[in-house]
Amino acid sequence: MTTVDRADAAPPVRDQSAKRRWVGQSIRRVEDPKFLLGRGGYIADRITPGTLHAAVLRSPHAHARIVRIEASRAKAAPGVHAVITGPEAAELCNPMPDFGPDPARHTWRCLAADKVRYVGEGVAVVVADSRYLAEDALELIEVEYEPLPPVTDPVRALADDAPLVHEALESNCAYERTFDFGDVDRDFAEAEVIVRDRLRWHRSGGQPLETVGAIAEYDLGTGSFTIDTNTLSFTSYLFMAANTLKVAANKLDIRPVPAGGSFGSKLFANKPAVIAAMCARETGRKVAYLEDRVDNISNCDHHGSDRIYEVELAMMRDGTMRSIKIDVIDDYGAYIQFGVGHHGNALAQVVGPYTIGSVRYQVQAALTNKNQQGAYRGFGSEVNNWMLEQMVDKAARELGLDPVAVRRKNFIREFPHFIPTGNVYDSGDYDRVLDKALELADYSHWRTEQERLREEEGRYIGIGLISAQERSVFSATEFWFWFDEPGAPVTSTPESVSLKVDATGGITAILYSCAFWGNSPETMVAQFVAEEFDCSPYDVSIVYHGSRDGLPATGPGGSRTTVMLAGAVEGAAGKIKAKARRAAAHLLEIDPDDVEWSDGGFHVKGDPERKKSLAEIAIALHLFKHSFPADMESGLDESKVFDHPYTTMPSADRKDLGVFYPFMGHACHVPVVEVDIETGAVTFLHYAAVHDCGTLVNPRSLAGHIVGGTAQGIGTALYEEFVYDDDGQLLSSSFLDYLIPTATEVPELTIGHVETPSPYTPHGVKGGGEGGRMMAPAAINVAVNDALYPLGVRLTELPMTPERILSALRAAGPIGGRAG
Amino acid sequence: MTPTACTINVTVNGHPHVAEVEPRRLLVDFLREDLGLAGTHIGCEHGVCGTCTVLLNGASIRSCITFAVQADGAEISTVEGLARGGEMHPLQDEFSEKQGLQCGYCTPGMLMRACEILAENPDPTPAEVRSAIASNLCRCTGYQFITEAVIGAAARMRATKEVAS
Repeated sequence: MTTVDRADAAPPVRDQSAKRRWVGQSIRRVEDPKFLLGRGGYIADRITPGTLHAAVLRSPHAHARIVRIEASRAKAAPGVHAVITGPEAAELCNPMPDFGPDPARHTWRCLAADKVRYVGEGVAVVVADSRYLAEDALELIEVEYEPLPPVTDPVRALADDAPLVHEALESNCAYERTFDFGDVDRDFAEAEVIVRDRLRWHRSGGQPLETVGAIAEYDLGTGSFTIDTNTLSFTSYLFMAANTLKVAANKLDIRPVPAGGSFGSKLFANKPAVIAAMCARETGRKVAYLEDRVDNISNCDHHGSDRIYEVELAMMRDGTMRSIKIDVIDDYGAYIQFGVGHHGNALAQVVGPYTIGSVRYQVQAALTNKNQQGAYRGFGSEVNNWMLEQMVDKAARELGLDPVAVRRKNFIREFPHFIPTGNVYDSGDYDRVLDKALELADYSHWRTEQERLREEEGRYIGIGLISAQERSVFSATEFWFWFDEPGAPVTSTPESVSLKVDATGGITAILYSCAFWGNSPETMVAQFVAEEFDCSPYDVSIVYHGSRDGLPATGPGGSRTTVMLAGAVEGAAGKIKAKARRAAAHLLEIDPDDVEWSDGGFHVKGDPERKKSLAEIAIALHLFKHSFPADMESGLDESKVFDHPYTTMPSADRKDLGVFYPFMGHACHVPVVEVDIETGAVTFLHYAAVHDCGTLVNPRSLAGHIVGGTAQGIGTALYEEFVYDDDGQLLSSSFLDYLIPTATEVPELTIGHVETPSPYTPHGVKGGGEGGRMMAPAAINVAVNDALYPLGVRLTELPMTPERILSALRAAGPIGGRAG
Repeated sequence: MTPTACTINVTVNGHPHVAEVEPRRLLVDFLREDLGLAGTHIGCEHGVCGTCTVLLNGASIRSCITFAVQADGAEISTVEGLARGGEMHPLQDEFSEKQGLQCGYCTPGMLMRACEILAENPDPTPAEVRSAIASNLCRCTGYQFITEAVIGAAARMRATKEVAS
């Protein structure tokens, strides 16, 4: 097997033993007051009088050629300023940014130009004085469609005779490849037992309560756009959005606005900003395009994975795992914006916490007449966790082994550990997490209760124990290592912070992506700054900078924000302190090596009374230039562009993908459920979750993410599904049909934290924003199967709706296949 | 057809307003755009999620499926009316203390619903709070810390009331 030189490529190991004053404290979030007062400043709150409103006409067909669009009546309607049809938009704008395998052959546009490929795809936009008038005019647009046969089933889409979603591609298979990592054939030949299964994960999505929106203005005098939006935080790649709008990148300023939820979907959602900007240039006015709920459900960037798995797990009878063969078809819908990066996420942690020696991974990306897959919390890794844990659970059953013991037997215990795909697990302590989870779950008590309740009361209780990975901080390589000759083998995924210390010593931190979407970037930065400068986090001012004259940034995603902001703050603070040290030494008339930082300033070593506070140093640097040596510049502000701290390149033969997701969190979830075999309803009796995301920055915030992510995972496991019928109609197109868990479906979680610091990141922090959803679907599926095992029933399809549970029970026999 | 404007009289957070509105104008748009009270947010636009919850004569309603004309003569309370004299309402303060919000988008609706819950039952159990806030969706928090915040605020509001009486 080809390998990179692993030891040399690792960054230096850090000493994480420092005592910390602010990092690790559950302080109140600095973001909160404005939101609590109703002054959040979301995109919809920023519309000023005189702004025009856009509304989009959407396709009722899943697949149809656009024969004719007649918009003259709409153009003449009251208050209407412009109507732009899909074909006209194709003249005004280039295709949208696309990291897919072959963008020229699966071209993606802000509005459909020649044919529609899913129900909800936009065909025309109206700009009017108000949203009311714009929607009135939509009804006056006549579109003549020539319906084409749709394909909504991914397996059928891959058949030779299937209707083509993109004729230019000559196939509905956007990508196909089989990777072998290690000697799979030998490991399978030597295995004693092969556990096989077919698993189906249906499509659910982020469903933020706030939709995507943008307010755009075009300045004819300078030829430049200003766009306020709650998305497009992928700052370093916004030159691609500029290309779509046919302007130079330095004529496009994207200004970040807080997002009312994202869960991944608002990283790089281009359509609303492009549509608003296109309309602004056409009308010469400021234009707001705010998606309504139907826009955001049927035509969005938050639909998640939609996978069919055939899996074989090679085992020894004693429970040792040897190898795994994974064959997965993923239904990407009509476009493939992020390529198969979702499977890069899977390959980052494909063997879970287990010592599995080799992996075969076959992936086929199917195109169908559905909304495209975007990004949803987990980005495909959560599906891999679910798949692997179902296999481990099934193996334990088939081998007659204890599910806890099988997991423990295979745990990785030495770190850093390179898995067969080439990615590294930097650190971990899986036994400690498991032990704590068993304790918090009161595991043995529930095992006893399970048996008692079944025997005495005929109740079916299930305990779902899973142990799984939570990768954090992605590298760009996972978007191109799929190809032998990638079109754009980029390697930068930086995040930047500037720190300005004003003349009074007050600190402002400037961020360069729209980092806020419900996570706590401001609190994180304030805590890191406070840690560096011994100030109160509430005294730190946080500013979001626009893209045009900003620094490189990549935005939230792949649980990277906290680690990357920590690195950027550390770097900028280091520069500030270096200058402040020189200035303080000058003021104290001593050598810079003879002062040291403590309690908010520099003092003379061995003489804490001889000291200059940061405020004293700052005012001197701001106002007394001529008191300093000639090479000292006025002011005290510095920036750090912090790049990914640990990336290595894939091997040329792709038998080793390099390090691309190194900071590996871990968790153990133990839900206890009851399945009502009369109704198919699943309720929770208890739920314990233990996470290890390295050093905790704000335990309460992390706990919030664990609960919130678990709530989404409960939705994925039991309720949520974008259901498309055979004609491609989206049946769950509102919150009436798409069921998001309420407070009565989500149990109270018993949460535990374990801290295994990363050796490679500032403070030892790992990302933790996605963990709840990466664990809960797997755990709940195992729990339901544990409950129904005595009836001979095993669910292999999510969500486990009452209908699916009842039909599995019926299939097993008149009263289930009651064992014994 | 040009819709005929109607004159409505509403009191919002104690301030009287007389306004001309189209019959089809939604209450949430009236509050946000005409009165500039942007704290009430628009969520699902189908009356399902509760993001747009305000109180009308003390009872929670979905302002995204209520016409402004239906509020004629009514007293409306929105999130902007909770804090008094620069001091947060105990519910707001407890949401901050317990981190009962993440993105903050559902928060104004959740706070107004919580006001109603505590007006009806000043001493609810956690289960009663969960059951009552099931009217409103939150996609971020999983409701656990919201429940804790409402319980915490209830205790503080009861204590204040005892001192006052």
